[in-house]
Amino acid sequence: MPGEASTVPPLVVDHATKAYPGRRRDTVVAVDDVSFTIAPGAAVSLVGASGSGKSTIAKMITGLEKPTSGMVTFGDLSVNALHGGGLRDYHHRVQMVFQDPYGALNPLHTVEYTLTRPCVNFLGMSARDAKQRADELLETVGLTPADQFAPKLPHQLSGGQRQRVVIARALACGPGLIVADEPVSMLDVSLRAGVLKLLANLRVDHGLSLLYITHDLLSARVVTDEILVLHGGRIVERGVTKDVLQHPKDAYTVELLDAVANPYADAPAAAPTAGPVATSTAGH
Amino acid sequence: MSLLSAREVNVAYLPSRGQRIWSVRDVDLDLDEGEFVGLVGESGCGKSTLGYALTRMLRPPARLESGRISFDGTDIATLTGEELRQQRRNGFALVLQSGMNALNPVRNVGHHFADILKAHAREGEQHSKEAMHERGAELLGKVELDAEVLDRYPHELSGGMRQRVAIALALALEPRLIVFDEPTTALDVVVQRAVMQTIKDLQREQKFTAVLISHDLGVVLEATQRVLVMYAGRIIEDQPSGDLLTGVHHPYTEALLGCYGDPRAETVELAGIPGSPPDLSLPLVGCAFEPRCPLGIEICREVVPPLAPLGRGRAACHVRAPSAAVVAVPEGATSAR
Amino acid sequence: MSILSSQPPPVDTATLPEVKAKPGGQGSSLPVPVLFVGRGIRTLWSNRKARVGLILIGLFVLMAAFAPLLAPHSPTSTDFTPYQGPSSTNWFGTTGNGEDVLSQLVYGARVSLLVGLTAGVGATLVAVTLGLISGYRPGFLDEGISFVTNLALVIPGLPLMIILAAYIPSRSIWTIVLVVAFTSWATGARVIRSQATTLRTRDFVASAVFSGERPLRVVFREILPNMTSLVAASFFAASTAAVMAEASLEFLGLGNPTTVSWGTILHNAQQQNALLTGQWLLVFAPGLAIALLALSFTLVNFGVDALSNPRLREK
Repeated sequence: MPGEASTVPPLVVDHATKAYPGRRRDTVVAVDDVSFTIAPGAAVSLVGASGSGKSTIAKMITGLEKPTSGMVTFGDLSVNALHGGGLRDYHHRVQMVFQDPYGALNPLHTVEYTLTRPCVNFLGMSARDAKQRADELLETVGLTPADQFAPKLPHQLSGGQRQRVVIARALACGPGLIVADEPVSMLDVSLRAGVLKLLANLRVDHGLSLLYITHDLLSARVVTDEILVLHGGRIVERGVTKDVLQHPKDAYTVELLDAVANPYADAPAAAPTAGPVATSTAGH
Repeated sequence: MSLLSAREVNVAYLPSRGQRIWSVRDVDLDLDEGEFVGLVGESGCGKSTLGYALTRMLRPPARLESGRISFDGTDIATLTGEELRQQRRNGFALVLQSGMNALNPVRNVGHHFADILKAHAREGEQHSKEAMHERGAELLGKVELDAEVLDRYPHELSGGMRQRVAIALALALEPRLIVFDEPTTALDVVVQRAVMQTIKDLQREQKFTAVLISHDLGVVLEATQRVLVMYAGRIIEDQPSGDLLTGVHHPYTEALLGCYGDPRAETVELAGIPGSPPDLSLPLVGCAFEPRCPLGIEICREVVPPLAPLGRGRAACHVRAPSAAVVAVPEGATSAR
Repeated sequence: MSILSSQPPPVDTATLPEVKAKPGGQGSSLPVPVLFVGRGIRTLWSNRKARVGLILIGLFVLMAAFAPLLAPHSPTSTDFTPYQGPSSTNWFGTTGNGEDVLSQLVYGARVSLLVGLTAGVGATLVAVTLGLISGYRPGFLDEGISFVTNLALVIPGLPLMIILAAYIPSRSIWTIVLVVAFTSWATGARVIRSQATTLRTRDFVASAVFSGERPLRVVFREILPNMTSLVAASFFAASTAAVMAEASLEFLGLGNPTTVSWGTILHNAQQQNALLTGQWLLVFAPGLAIALLALSFTLVNFGVDALSNPRLREK
């Protein structure tokens, strides 16, 4: 059931462009002539600021949007041409992890319902088998004991727990490629490592390909081997993650690196030796 | 004398169903004139609630259950209506997280300024359109925006510009204290830097007291002189910003610092804090961080650690900053675990 | 001076739990729709205005259900002296035909409730179907349905109803139900379409698509359940309108003259110049009944608002 590296085809984005008619009779180009390949079992990150076109690319890869020009292929399957049943079958193999843990789960459905649906739809499982698989998935993502979490509703879970459920749902049908759209940016910093480590381990265990979309360069470094830097819809830099981050060539990459608020890299505000701080801590 | 002084502030959320949630517990706080203080913590730690409580902006179901808040000598915790409004003029202001939410989408920027200036105008102050326009342009200039922005509507501005407008509006009444609630969180990573720089410069020039609320320790350490770390509704550390990267601190602060790193370093590790924050609708016994703390000892489970001296500041930790005021656990008391 | 109303809970030796408490507590032994309605009614009951509305509706339902027991006489019997004021046999007096007004009033509840609720249900069904279909998928279907909805919104309701009722040959309650439902669905459809458009962009809908759910299931199992308060509000609004519309049509004489309904009482009262003969009860009683029934639906709607917006909930 889990995808194996040898059976996961490469995902190729070939000169894809997405243009929308703008509000004032001009065209808004969200994605501009983007080409890249996600090799079987590879982990690639797509970094850029909001509005850079990251989400549009994610939608084109998962078939939710069609490029205005160019092609997206998964092996010899043309993703552009899919709709209806074909698109549904495609989602058996290519899944998405969403950004907002508070919006990605239907507030009225239990965790068990959310996890069993893909098993029933894609794997043709009976209700009982699906429930069992749901329990297994919960264990895999660290939500144990499974029977404690299965009947819960989303509002009873913390942000980190919800995101684990979202990942479990994406894994349920045994896909080969996962597109993770900013999966931890809405989580607390202290919770991110846990969820990202889970994602990284799952990728290795199941031989998945991973497209990790983010604006956080630190996690891109940890989770992925290759990086694509997106600015204004174009890829401005690409390469091995460590190399690109240590030796950025494009000005925008440099800007992104500078913008990372890292307490260790930047000198903090002038450390006062006397003044307001001293008087406020004394005598209260 | 401190500009803002809070004692034993407790804030609770009363949902229509379910338990009361204590989101701020026993906070004592002093802010001096011209200080730039950061309030840091993760989701649910109570930092925004505290910021709102200090500026008297709490709305039901949140309620200031107890405590004294004294602004420039006046107790503002009990003020309501007109008296409170008077305090806001030349008193304190709040800048919200999302500029878009703070701005009325069907009025242009100039109208927003006019609104505030008219509402709080003192006797004999100019009401003319030109005067308002001039004042608006002046304020926009302080946040590095062009005067022509006065004629624009919020949706015509970028996120960063909207946030600058929100800041300029906060400055309109020349407040002596401004609380910034996650002013850059909703902004693009690159724009965040620029807006934070503007806030820093403004604070230095205008010398108002500023409180920066953020979940991002990096942003706070860069901009502020003093940092307060909150966890589960309490302030658990209070240090000069410069000191936070060196020396010994509250285990939570250290763990939090450990989650950050330089993507450019030779080897990079992603660290987190295992477990999750406690459920605030339940009574908390002892130190709230204890279940996740590598240093926990018996007293941590039983007694809430008070803020005690640590380095040049204070921390609430029985292990790192033991306090003489804490009574030893009496004989025969059960240790619950 | 300080506000000291309460302190944080005292320290006790309870262990720190790892699992948050469940809101309802019981296991799900009952089917979900029943639990849903149960929870809905409980929430409505906790809202003061809605509680009054529910009680009123309950009273009218009882009145309609037990009409034979409650009414002192048969509503159609013309045994009594006509044009009488209130007396010991006829508490509310008699009509020009010698019928007992009180009995008519009691039996009339049946028609008003039946028509009001049925037309409300009908209008809501149409509104939900059209609203969901056009809200879920942008495109020709959406454009087409929106156009028809806007058309229906623009045409004045009462005149259209009058024309339809006048031209339809059969004169029965069901004609009225159909006519009323046919003219009241548009507002609900518009509102439901907006909400559906908002919800379809939410991640959990995309998530359902990724889980392999087919469009019909996405619409009815993912989107619709998140709109229950909106649908409930539409239903109560449509029912209110239906009660008023039915009364209006009967009053104008466009209904079946042999039906006993509050509207026909008013119609007869008008024909028989009740106000001139001093029988103001003939006008006041059915008028008040209609107003109260419509009011009760509106009051319940206040509670429905609170269902979806927690800030409006009263503590």
